[in-house]
Amino acid sequence: MMKYLIALFLGLLVGAAIFVIGLIYNPFNADSGLSPLSITDSEIMALSFSAVPSEAIVFTNDGDSRVKPFPEKVQQLWEAPIRLSSVMATVMRDARGQTAGIGIKFSSRSERTRLLRGEAIIDSAWYIYLPGRGSLFIEQSENHWEFLRDVIFPAYRSSANSWKGAWLGDLTAGPGALRTAAVTGGTGSLRGLKMEAVESLSARAYSVGNGPVAAEGRLLIELPRAPQGSEGESSDD
Amino acid sequence: MAGAAGQNQALPTGMKWPADQMLRDVRAELFKVRNARDTVVGIASRTAARDGSGEIIDWVLHLPARGSMFVNMRPEALKGGFRRGELQAGSREFAPLSGLMSERWVPNTSGDADAPTGRIELLTTYIRRQEAP
Repeated sequence: MMKYLIALFLGLLVGAAIFVIGLIYNPFNADSGLSPLSITDSEIMALSFSAVPSEAIVFTNDGDSRVKPFPEKVQQLWEAPIRLSSVMATVMRDARGQTAGIGIKFSSRSERTRLLRGEAIIDSAWYIYLPGRGSLFIEQSENHWEFLRDVIFPAYRSSANSWKGAWLGDLTAGPGALRTAAVTGGTGSLRGLKMEAVESLSARAYSVGNGPVAAEGRLLIELPRAPQGSEGESSDD
Repeated sequence: MAGAAGQNQALPTGMKWPADQMLRDVRAELFKVRNARDTVVGIASRTAARDGSGEIIDWVLHLPARGSMFVNMRPEALKGGFRRGELQAGSREFAPLSGLMSERWVPNTSGDADAPTGRIELLTTYIRRQEAP
């Protein structure tokens, strides 16, 4: 009797290990590839921000997650409907590293996540205010699967519970057909404009205990083509 | 969270609002959104700013698993302390909608020592946009 139980236990263990390895290294999950905005000839507005929560103005989540709220005394999102959400307010910088405005990002784990298909989906919305230019609303679904596979899993496997390296990838996975986010201009010179954007993440260090240690996010926003005869105007970003 | 340049005490304690002059006239607040039954259903931001184009008041409401709404308010307050704005964009179930939202400050009259000084009441009215044939 005992030998059958041991065999069953070992079989379950091996099966679980094969499942996890198959999940992580599933050859049918293709990488997202090149962002459509990296080959566009339209004018691009580039905004960057620190993706390290402790470098934000404020970051909060349910308080029990790996990434801790900042500052410590910020209210936590512990109520059931918002427990899987986070919110971050941060300074947005232009391509020259100068302050361009303020960004507020809302993120929620999506029920559309399908790990077997390589989809770890986060629904997110950005509000960005750029003094002198106006405000923007960006809505997108993000796929964090490649970040999980290439950064977070290796950090868990490491004896130091951390990861160091250079990882760069696009997070935006929709709603645009070309894996782009939908952007709406709210006020100022951006008012009424419909645009597309892609959010990417560049990570250099990650800790199991604290989340991202050195990481920068970037938003590339494709501005509408200027009408004929106004080519002289250009963005300073 | 409420942050703005020159504010005596930023909330929460320990939060440092960027000292950059560019953000001098920007004020951002984050809220938990409660429905009519006083249950938390989402999170929201209210950003108020002043620049060359005048005063700007923008709301973003994020309701997990339902979607987000972006509302641009008209800065002038109407009779009765209301402010009204238009739904500029939405995601998921709010994507095909257009409509209006009003905000109103409702002071707390309960007399409880621990109660907040009041709340902001948001009323939204929206209809489904007719799709082009």
